[in-house]
Amino acid sequence: MNRYPLWKYVILAIALLVGLIYTAPNFFGEAPAVQVSSGKVTVKLDAGFAGRVQQVLEQAGLKPDFVQFDGKSVKARLASTDEQIKAKDALSRALNTDPANPSYIVALNLLSRSPAWLASLHALPMYLGLDLRGGVHFLMQVDMKAALTKRAEALTGDVRTLLRDKTIRHSGINRDGDSLEVRFRERATLVAAQTLLSDQLPDLQWDEAVDGGGDFKLRGTLKPAAARLVQEQALKQNITTLHNRVNELGVAEPVIQQQGLDRVVVQLPGVQDTAKAKDIIGRTATLEVRMVNESAEAREAERGGAPVPFGSERFLERNGAPIIVFRQVILTGENLTDAQAGFDGQSHEPAVHLTLDAKGARIFRDVTRENIGKRMAILLFEKGQGEVVTAPVIRSEIGGGRVQISGRMSTTEAADTALLLRAGSLAAPMEIIEERTIGPSLGADNIDKGFNSVIYGFAAIALFMCAYYGLFGVISTLALTFNLLLLVAVLSMLQATLTLPGMAAIALTLGMAIDANVLINERVREELRNGSPPQLAIQTGYERAFATILDSNITTLIAGVALLAFGSGPVRGFAVVHCLGILTSMFSAVMFSRGLVNLWYGRQKRLKSVSIGQVWKPDVQSAGKA
Amino acid sequence: MEFFRIRRDIPFMRHALVLNVISLVTFLAAVFFLATRGLHLSIEFTGGTVVEVAYAQTADIGKVRATVEAMDAGDTQVQNFGSSRDVLIRLPLREGVKQGELVGRVFAALCSSEGGVVESRQGVSDKGEAVSKQVCAAGSAEPLTLQRSEFVGPQVGKELAADGAKALAFVIFGIMIYLAIRFEWKFAVAAIIANLHDVIIILGFFAFFQWEFSLAVLAAVLAVLGYSVNESVVIFDRIRETFRRFRKLDTKQVIDHAITSTISRTIITHGSTQMMVLSMLIFGGPTLYYFALALTIGILFGIYSSVFVAAAIAMWLGVKREDLVKAGTKEIDPNDPNSGAVV
Repeated sequence: MNRYPLWKYVILAIALLVGLIYTAPNFFGEAPAVQVSSGKVTVKLDAGFAGRVQQVLEQAGLKPDFVQFDGKSVKARLASTDEQIKAKDALSRALNTDPANPSYIVALNLLSRSPAWLASLHALPMYLGLDLRGGVHFLMQVDMKAALTKRAEALTGDVRTLLRDKTIRHSGINRDGDSLEVRFRERATLVAAQTLLSDQLPDLQWDEAVDGGGDFKLRGTLKPAAARLVQEQALKQNITTLHNRVNELGVAEPVIQQQGLDRVVVQLPGVQDTAKAKDIIGRTATLEVRMVNESAEAREAERGGAPVPFGSERFLERNGAPIIVFRQVILTGENLTDAQAGFDGQSHEPAVHLTLDAKGARIFRDVTRENIGKRMAILLFEKGQGEVVTAPVIRSEIGGGRVQISGRMSTTEAADTALLLRAGSLAAPMEIIEERTIGPSLGADNIDKGFNSVIYGFAAIALFMCAYYGLFGVISTLALTFNLLLLVAVLSMLQATLTLPGMAAIALTLGMAIDANVLINERVREELRNGSPPQLAIQTGYERAFATILDSNITTLIAGVALLAFGSGPVRGFAVVHCLGILTSMFSAVMFSRGLVNLWYGRQKRLKSVSIGQVWKPDVQSAGKA
Repeated sequence: MEFFRIRRDIPFMRHALVLNVISLVTFLAAVFFLATRGLHLSIEFTGGTVVEVAYAQTADIGKVRATVEAMDAGDTQVQNFGSSRDVLIRLPLREGVKQGELVGRVFAALCSSEGGVVESRQGVSDKGEAVSKQVCAAGSAEPLTLQRSEFVGPQVGKELAADGAKALAFVIFGIMIYLAIRFEWKFAVAAIIANLHDVIIILGFFAFFQWEFSLAVLAAVLAVLGYSVNESVVIFDRIRETFRRFRKLDTKQVIDHAITSTISRTIITHGSTQMMVLSMLIFGGPTLYYFALALTIGILFGIYSSVFVAAAIAMWLGVKREDLVKAGTKEIDPNDPNSGAVV
């Protein structure tokens, strides 16, 4: 009666095979590798580039295990760390002809040592979390209010231009938070303006507002859909910018992900230098181009002798000198596509070359034509604090979107300025709200500790089960091993990130999973104690235990799901492993162990006894080993 | 081998009253300590900064404390972590202090007090991974290294605390609903009270000893809650079965019989899980220590509460055979047109 149909054995065999294949890559360890990725937006890698990397390496006398293109970067695996460093140097020399302006980023990396056929089955090792490999983790909050304010500021300019073009006279435009107010003397002009603005600026909702001063007032607010779009775009742009900035760091496998509606997670494995990482990543800067107010009043204000004129603001230059700048923003970082340090073609002075997009180029041409001989300021806003990066004098009309800033700066200053400008500007400022650093030795230590707890705990349970339940104990242990195998395989298949809490969850899940087998074994014993023949005892034991197993797993799963739903960061890792472990344990403890029992005992028609340890009967003391 | 050679049903319920009074006292003590001492919440909940540094020699805690306190960063805590060479420094959130730079400042201060200078180094780990880090160099020696640092902003802390409370509520309601569907309400109430009693007692331990209550500990508490509720479920299952099978026994005897017949399984499964948890406690290092400790307390009290508390509460609530054994007699609806004619 204890026979499984063939298909059940086939399912078990397939599960075992899949488990073995997908668990295997985790045991091969990692080998040194180099990774070449694009250093510029304009440089795109393709599959053909792998050939070039191979060629460069061969010319340098190196034999990589393989060179592959994975969609974003080309990776080459090497035999030793010595070769890895040589390869990195060779590649940097060959690919980046201009070291000051690298087109490619060559980084050291680790690649799985598993054979290629495993990788072709997408059997890849689990990704190790930062707490196991060392690195930095940042959680950044995007200031969405600032994004909306900025959008409103840009729209103010548009409103002004539109009204001027159509010669609709207004008596002032104000921005109040993220809404706009336009005042009119006559109601007729207000109506005309409302029609025009509603038509031309669909992002805004225009309503007539009451004004105490007898003027007519039109109030424009961002429509909810438009506001949402602004926020989504702000987050997206910030992530892109972060990608660019992180690339400057040359980190092999950075993680930059959106979390929630307004947060970004940045993880940089291998980086322990938080100061430097933060310097580049946490540069929560936005870029603005404005005109310098050079009126007599402003001059006086610069010296501190007069109040700052209306419509202007006072900022400091990098050398600490005050400068008065108009509030009106000509361009923002959004219009800047590239910035490079270089030299002036004639004077050979260090210079910064900027490239603007079409809109930026048009505005820039108009502004420069009207303001030859005047100064413009490029401002960098960090955490709401503005600073003038540079305030060059406009020498001539600049068309075509190619701008050069030169004079009064050193080569390093030029490079710094270019880096600041190039790294892109953020659509909205960001603030680090969580930061974690884990040293590499601590990470390795954590792996050992997590691994040891699983191994020793597992060994203790296995020993006890085998001693207490005999062959049934051995089968339970095998089922538990199978559970571990499946769990690791599923985690590898999902490419989950393994963390220390995740390892703790594996240990705990194994400890709890044995519960199902204990239940089954105890039930079988009980049936034997009550005098059932062995085959029947096995069958009823498994059947009766199943309801309880289901119960126990459901209650544990409720807790697991709660952690998954409300947990964050490390707890999520714990919860994912915990929930998956409960599911795999159901399969392994019930179906796999039953399969083994059936395979061993199922064929024997006249089974006299089963090895399930001693079954003690209260009335018959001499029952002994049943 | 057979550990449990039980001839007669053990009269667990005879001592129910005494044990329940003990439970109540422990529970009230736990509530008292939670109320007076409060939990020593980790910075994940409160916000703040933690810096872990490893010294080359045994660390002079007093000197470290003096150095950090000289920075005037508020109510700081300095303690050994794991070994005598590892030091953990906790700094609270403070208005006007740039939290993001605090780690760097603390490290620089500790470094200079050891006569070193902080410098940035690029290197390659022995495995071949690029590593850039800040090193405290005093000549050729490295008197201390930065092992780990963590900074949590105030808004994140608040959210985590709120999410933790939500998760706890979700687990309790989820299990209650499940038990109510699965059993009769008296059992659901009994199981929840018994297991909440466990949770409060675990928290009481953490409050009394001022152990650090982190997110991982919360995860452990919730996991153990789900796990030990199942223990009550097993016993209740048996109670229901015993009510059906032995019609002559009274409620007390039924409960005794049910507990006696499941006690061996209860002890063995919890023992196995406890072995795993002990292994974590011993080999898991300081990071997993409180996690494993919370699980240990949870598992031990889980056994106790499902044997003595849950069943006893069900008894006090007045579980009767009629509450459970009604599946056999189907109620006939007189308005049902199909009733009566049963083939």
